[in-house]
Amino acid sequence: MGELIQQLVNGLSLGAVYALIALGYTMVYGVLRFINFAHGDVFMFGAFMGVCLYQWLKPIFPEQCGFLLGIVVLLGAMVLAALLGILLERLAYKPLRARPRITVLITAIGVSLFLEYSCQLIFGAAPKGFPSLIESRSGAFWGVRVSNIQLMVVVVTACLLLALRGVVLRTRMGLAMRAVSLNPTAATLMGVNLDRVISFTFGLGSALAAAGGIFYASLYQAIDPFMGVLPGMKAFVAAVLGGIGVLPGAALGGILLGLIETLVVGYSKNLGISPSYRDAVAFVILILILLFKPTGLLGKSQKEKV
Amino acid sequence: MSSRLLLLIGLVLGGVLSFVFTGHPEASWTVAQIDDYFLNVLILVGINVILAVSLNMVNGYTGQFSLGHAGFMAVGAYASSALSIWVKGSSIEWLHVAQTSGPVSFLGTLLFGGVLAGVAGILVGTPSLRLKGDYLAIVTLGFGEIIRVVIQNAEFLGGARGLTGIPTHTTLGWTIGFSLVSIYVVRSLVKSNYGLGFMAVRDDEIAAEAMGVNATRYKVTAFVLGAFFAGIAGGLYAHFIGYISPEGFNFLKSVDVVVMVILGGMGSTFGVTFSAVLLTVLNEVLRETEQFRMIVFSLMLIVLMIWRPQGLIGGAFRRFSGGKRTL
Repeated sequence: MGELIQQLVNGLSLGAVYALIALGYTMVYGVLRFINFAHGDVFMFGAFMGVCLYQWLKPIFPEQCGFLLGIVVLLGAMVLAALLGILLERLAYKPLRARPRITVLITAIGVSLFLEYSCQLIFGAAPKGFPSLIESRSGAFWGVRVSNIQLMVVVVTACLLLALRGVVLRTRMGLAMRAVSLNPTAATLMGVNLDRVISFTFGLGSALAAAGGIFYASLYQAIDPFMGVLPGMKAFVAAVLGGIGVLPGAALGGILLGLIETLVVGYSKNLGISPSYRDAVAFVILILILLFKPTGLLGKSQKEKV
Repeated sequence: MSSRLLLLIGLVLGGVLSFVFTGHPEASWTVAQIDDYFLNVLILVGINVILAVSLNMVNGYTGQFSLGHAGFMAVGAYASSALSIWVKGSSIEWLHVAQTSGPVSFLGTLLFGGVLAGVAGILVGTPSLRLKGDYLAIVTLGFGEIIRVVIQNAEFLGGARGLTGIPTHTTLGWTIGFSLVSIYVVRSLVKSNYGLGFMAVRDDEIAAEAMGVNATRYKVTAFVLGAFFAGIAGGLYAHFIGYISPEGFNFLKSVDVVVMVILGGMGSTFGVTFSAVLLTVLNEVLRETEQFRMIVFSLMLIVLMIWRPQGLIGGAFRRFSGGKRTL
């Protein structure tokens, strides 16, 4: 029993990261109806910016304010990633808005490769260590080991999700986002500035991905230019699992995926498979969900019109 | 001159070349002597042409964006290599070595790899081709990764360490021969009456279905054909290098082929053949500036999509063909 709870705790912190990335996919899908393949690399960019900011701010920050430094690094990386997201949308995706979706998909693959290889050029291909933003401690509760980093990841993610909910449901920009997602043409006719809504959506999604990147790097304490590829795809699976375009679905899907993945790895001996199948788990889930419930757990079905 | 005649000439030329270059470079009866490095690049060109032309069948003519080509290449490479290694250690080894039966048994090995890759294509394609666009891309990518992880865990295939000791039978003749065959098959298929269905599915699936085109069957056919030739290319590659590992068939390998197809122009066999040759040679020329290569390629993709989504050659070739049949 203790082991099961341990796996659930580990799965929850991983699932929180997936949820943060999945929200970006789902929001962009909601307003633009396309899957931003480069989202996983914005996640990677966030982690790298975290390291840069940390190294830059560490000497100027007073010793005692370690906690404050962590918050500044997190927020700074989120802002930088949001700027990157807005820039990418303006330069690469905006000229293609009326084009077939396959064109946009190819562009997204191009953007993804560009970010990965430029990062490799600048920072080198070798994995780098990620500094601990808060001093790592872990305690045992009834035989279940929980580190304060895991706790921080879950708590801050919960706060970010609540903040996002507030933005989407309570602000004018959130209202505009929901309107565009419902019907872009009608929303434009009602005076919604489409370009601003799309930029805002990209910025918001990218900021959440950067937070995910910093949490992921804090959990595994290593970053490299290709670290975003697999988590990015898994988060996409999470978004589909929860129902793409539905915000609570993305959060639910992310947490579910994190739990399933950790459980499969944790009990791989009992299941008779190798733990290296962990990366295949997400894709198997994706195939199953697309075959049996393509709308996802919380999604509504849409009829295709001729 | 009709394209069919051109292809016939190409095939004959390929046959002659195969005869000239068959056997190992050191074999005494090799007629022509060309620089080893140049020869190796040419062999890679041939393999990449097969990959690009076969992926173009799926992505270009049928409009189903697949990102898992490396997975099928891996199936073909591992299947044919395993067979070769098994034959090498068994009592029928003479089949492989003898001058008369050698090419025949190598051909059989390659076809075995191709057929297994084709079977994998049926298994992957039948469920996933019900999806469209971005979803299909991610699912094929996922299947490619699953194939790779399965191989990584198969100890009898060498696992993560890779498979060594594959006899190096691949020569220039084999790769040129098979690239011409793949071009011929794809071109004659899409130019046939039956082949119009592929482009009908690409241009408007719902309209095609309404006209009685069985879209699913066309999609699976294209997918299996693409997988078959990817498997052949994998077999040729394995018997050229003599060593394969699961890492060599990852997502980035699929992206390489996708870049060739997009650059040449989706749905233009001539275009993708040209870009496969161009990119393979560029890869060799730019080997010293390796770290810039992918940055340049990715920027090229982005810029191309904004200004010339039909690819470098795609539109141009259509004009040259006299506007008779604008496919």
